[in-house]
Amino acid sequence: MIRSMALALATVSIVASCTSADSQPAEIVLLTHDSFAVSDATLAAFTEETGVAVRVLRSGDAGTMVNQAILTADNPIADVLFGVDNTFLSRAVAAGVFSRYRSPALDTVDVTFHVEGDMVTPIDYGDVCVNYDRAAFDESVIPIPAQLADLADPVYAGRFVVQNPATSSPGLAFLLSTIGTFGEGDDYNWKDYWTDLFANDVHVTSGWSEAYYTVFSGGSGEGSRPLVVSYASSPPAEVYFGELDESPTGVIAVGCFRQIEYAGVLAGTKNEAFARKLIDFMLSPTFQQDIPLNMFVFPANREAALPDVFIAHVTPPIDPIVMEPARIEENRERWIEEWTELAR
Amino acid sequence: MLDVQRATVRFGPIVAVNHLDLAVASGEVVAVMGPSGSGKSTLLRAIAGLEPLDDGSISFDGEVIDEIPAHRREFGLMFQDYALFPHRDVRGNIAFGLEMHGLDRSAVNRRVEHMLDLVGLAGLGPRAIATLSGGQQQRVALARTLAPQPRLLLLDEPLGSLDRALIDQLLDDMRAIFDQLATPVVYVTHDRDEAFAIADRVAVMQSGSIIRSATPEQLWDDPGSAFVARLIGLDNIIPAATVATWPGFSVDDEGGSVLLRPDRLTLSIDGRGCPVTIVNDRFSAGGHRVLAVTRDGTQVAVGTMQRWSAGDTAFLAARRDAVAHLRD
Amino acid sequence: MSRRRLTPGATAALLGLPVAFISYFFVYPLTAIFWRGLTATGTLSFDPFLDVLTSPSLRGVAWFTVWQALVSTLLTLAVGMPTAYVFARFRFRGRALLRGLSIVPFVLPTLVVGTAFLTLIGPNGALGIDLRGTVWAILIAHVFYNYAIVVRGVGSFWEQIDPRLEEAARVLGASPWRTFTRVTFPLLRPAVLASASLIFLLSFTSFGVVLILGDLAHTTLEVEIWRQTTAFLRLDVAAALAVLQLVGVGVLLVVYGRTSARRSRELPLQAGDTARPPRTRGQRLFVWTTVTFMMLFLGIPIAVLVVRSLRPAGGFGIDNYVGLFTATDSAFFVTAPEAMTNSLLFAFAALVIAVVIGVLAAVSSAYSSSRIAAMIDSGLMLPLGASAVTIGFGFLVALDEPIDLRTSIMLIPIAHALVAIPFVIRTSLPVMRSVQQRLRDAAAVLGAGPLRVWREVDLPIVARAIGVGAAFAFAISLGEFGATAFIVRPGNATMPVAIFRLLSLPGATNFGRAMALSVILMVLTGASVMFIDRLRRGTGGDI
Repeated sequence: MIRSMALALATVSIVASCTSADSQPAEIVLLTHDSFAVSDATLAAFTEETGVAVRVLRSGDAGTMVNQAILTADNPIADVLFGVDNTFLSRAVAAGVFSRYRSPALDTVDVTFHVEGDMVTPIDYGDVCVNYDRAAFDESVIPIPAQLADLADPVYAGRFVVQNPATSSPGLAFLLSTIGTFGEGDDYNWKDYWTDLFANDVHVTSGWSEAYYTVFSGGSGEGSRPLVVSYASSPPAEVYFGELDESPTGVIAVGCFRQIEYAGVLAGTKNEAFARKLIDFMLSPTFQQDIPLNMFVFPANREAALPDVFIAHVTPPIDPIVMEPARIEENRERWIEEWTELAR
Repeated sequence: MLDVQRATVRFGPIVAVNHLDLAVASGEVVAVMGPSGSGKSTLLRAIAGLEPLDDGSISFDGEVIDEIPAHRREFGLMFQDYALFPHRDVRGNIAFGLEMHGLDRSAVNRRVEHMLDLVGLAGLGPRAIATLSGGQQQRVALARTLAPQPRLLLLDEPLGSLDRALIDQLLDDMRAIFDQLATPVVYVTHDRDEAFAIADRVAVMQSGSIIRSATPEQLWDDPGSAFVARLIGLDNIIPAATVATWPGFSVDDEGGSVLLRPDRLTLSIDGRGCPVTIVNDRFSAGGHRVLAVTRDGTQVAVGTMQRWSAGDTAFLAARRDAVAHLRD
Repeated sequence: MSRRRLTPGATAALLGLPVAFISYFFVYPLTAIFWRGLTATGTLSFDPFLDVLTSPSLRGVAWFTVWQALVSTLLTLAVGMPTAYVFARFRFRGRALLRGLSIVPFVLPTLVVGTAFLTLIGPNGALGIDLRGTVWAILIAHVFYNYAIVVRGVGSFWEQIDPRLEEAARVLGASPWRTFTRVTFPLLRPAVLASASLIFLLSFTSFGVVLILGDLAHTTLEVEIWRQTTAFLRLDVAAALAVLQLVGVGVLLVVYGRTSARRSRELPLQAGDTARPPRTRGQRLFVWTTVTFMMLFLGIPIAVLVVRSLRPAGGFGIDNYVGLFTATDSAFFVTAPEAMTNSLLFAFAALVIAVVIGVLAAVSSAYSSSRIAAMIDSGLMLPLGASAVTIGFGFLVALDEPIDLRTSIMLIPIAHALVAIPFVIRTSLPVMRSVQQRLRDAAAVLGAGPLRVWREVDLPIVARAIGVGAAFAFAISLGEFGATAFIVRPGNATMPVAIFRLLSLPGATNFGRAMALSVILMVLTGASVMFIDRLRRGTGGDI
């Protein structure tokens, strides 16, 4: 089988190299992570519009995906990369993974999402916030925390679960949120905050699934702690995937971290023109309106309509923390190591 | 002295040993003969303690041993195909039972040397099992079984896979050893010559029970039934009524079958007796074994010193005691 | 002890394919990624090694990795040997079913098993004891996963040892325990060592279990390599760790290879089934206790999954299952039939690759006098001890020329096969080495050429062991072991991937469907393995 595949591939590559860069390829390849999802209808719409099919390659989690793109930067395996977020952006750009492109549709996106240099295009965003179990707080006298600092209060001892920033994307986002909130100064800084959290018996898991499903008590979680680091889109997801009327969980709107997800044309692609078309398409209303119920993040295109379940059950975050990708890249390793020291 | 009473072993719906009685006196060698599937091996295994009894009981020297596990019965069991330990050499195999009894190193070594001498394998102690010939393996298995001085010897087709010449030699050796030991022996075989050569008494098993127990001579002279007769290799089992019609032959009772002993029949050309035609003549160690057929189509084997040819005509006559009635 | 030896030419011919396979899909990618890592600063540098070796925390991680792998192996053997004995010697109702089922934990995604375990042993756990974050959680999970290796691997070899050897020992005065230590275990040792080596390697490179059930204090080299690669892109540190991991494993394998070859001996192996129903009260009690323990130990976590799968958003029922087959909520979910088909196809491909290559390697190792063949055999075990992260990235870095296989769908079964080949070798090699030359000679004298001899004499005896290896290969593929988490996959999702996706979003439906798909995965695995079991009983005459 390998031999016939090799033969086929050899033939295709010979044929492909004989054609000019502007001619129409049969397909373009999208490299993304495992959480990527859109309806078949949406991808089909792209094919109808342009005549080119989209082949999706999945890479596991976002970190793995970025590393794969970097490792293959000189001979890319795809035409477009989707799913690099602000925590990994600097690294990917510095490694020369992308080819510059400014999409005309970028005007529909909030200026704060734009990236200097236009190496990538923002497609969607999500907010990592602390979620709480409504039923647990209804039944108890303890008030719902209003902000991150509250969680250090002994009254919340043993009630909070977070994820390891070294192994989890929302875990890292929450860490960055605390750094953004408390800063690195000499006064009460993020390290003091975390020291207090650990003294408060915060539980650390390695991934989101374990934290949410086995330690968190709210919604579909089966654990015992009513506070968890999750997403602003988790309450509508509970409603949507639980066929409920009310969301069983709520979101602490202060202290959220904004994760922006980007797509970019991979440098060295042989289908630059159509790769750009795909980026444009990703900002189009068709694609953007498909995002919420498939990936449970928010469309970057301001004009895209949100589904009802989002409108009804999302608590909009207040002043979410946004951090410069460059700053994240510079300090990430040190921050994680320092956090790990505190955690031991 | 071994006393098996009403022993029963069932495997699901199959009754392998069926209310079997067997007594073996000290120093006695009993051969248990029977066709395959008659339960001989199961009987041995039950006596050894490898199969629990579903009914009945086994005693040795007056003590009921049903509840005693195999490793404490102090019996010896020699398997068909020997079951020698591949991870131990010849000495290691023979020494195994002695080690289990806690003998010290020098006592073990002495005994192993003695056994090797006894079975004629002196000096082969360090050899690996896989390098031994069939006859050598049999002797090692025998030595291993005898080494711990078992109170009872159980042998399951011990000569089954060897060649003729070797069997004769080993039979003599074993008989000598048994005579020396004065241990009761139960010797399972399907081979008549082996059983007759080695045993004081032969017990015939059929479908899990012992149907006949006698000395080899008694058995040979009076098999008693067609089944036993066939088992010990006597053919010429013919319905009595048929024999009655033959000139020169008389039967006491026209019912059932009779056994015509080949060595007591004669063939002559003189016209007296039952006319027959010769089918073939086979020469073997004891003389000629001629197969003849009567007018009514019955084949009869005759032992004679003369040579006959296929197609010859002759007359079949019976000497005294040629005809034995069989109870079937 | 003479043994028919393969000529050097024949050895080379047999080893050609395995060597090519392991070179191109393992050695080459690994070398490429190591090179990439160690030249990250521009020039080849060994500083990362020094950094790693002098770091106390990393030394602690290395020590913990070895320690927990060793203890996991011993525990699994202790728990699994009685069960192996029961399955080898006794026939009882449900035996075939239970033997097939024992492999089911093997294929469950660690996220699913971790979740089930956490609900059992967490602070609210049904079992009432909180083992969360302790090393015991990891050890018990390892035993849970690797139980089948002992039961099926050691068990099938045990079954082929003539029970009359044990009976002879008993009659000669050996108590049951002494029979085991003096007769059975020496004969069983090759299979026990083989299983132990597999369990050790799997525990050594265990990733998901440690990640989910461990905590900051309990982490292994594999997790650390992943962290360094994914969180920090410190390819140099990751490469250094991976090299050290590999070297450690390599040394162990060489030692193991030497001892196992030297100690192998011919055994009178039965091709047929020697098991009989338990007859004494003691035997019945032993069988009953062991089987019950097995059913509880494996069954309770599985029961947790089944119960959870029957709790959809609306209450109690099979909605989750129905949803898996019919729902087209969004393209986020691949339908169950699609995922099942993909999984089965990949598993079949992986099985073929693993059995072909594994048998070729095992044959040349068993019958060749060449030292090199024995080394190749140990070499083929290395993928089990190598970091899946580095292999996955290695594929990307290495496999672009002359043919670009980096996004090929074939990489998936190939990655599975890399892990499965050691299983095929480890289960069939002890048996191959034990076949008696006498039997082969008899066949040769009767006029059979060497190939025919192998087919008529060795194959019926060895076929059963190959079948055990094949079943493992199939299960390994269904469970998506090894490097597949780190390679680039074209769209076709398999069941573990679908389960993982379902567990990455909140919602009762997602959770319920993830549990349901896990149950389907278990049933599919159990059924496939039982099918393979039955196949090999039908081949070669009276197996």
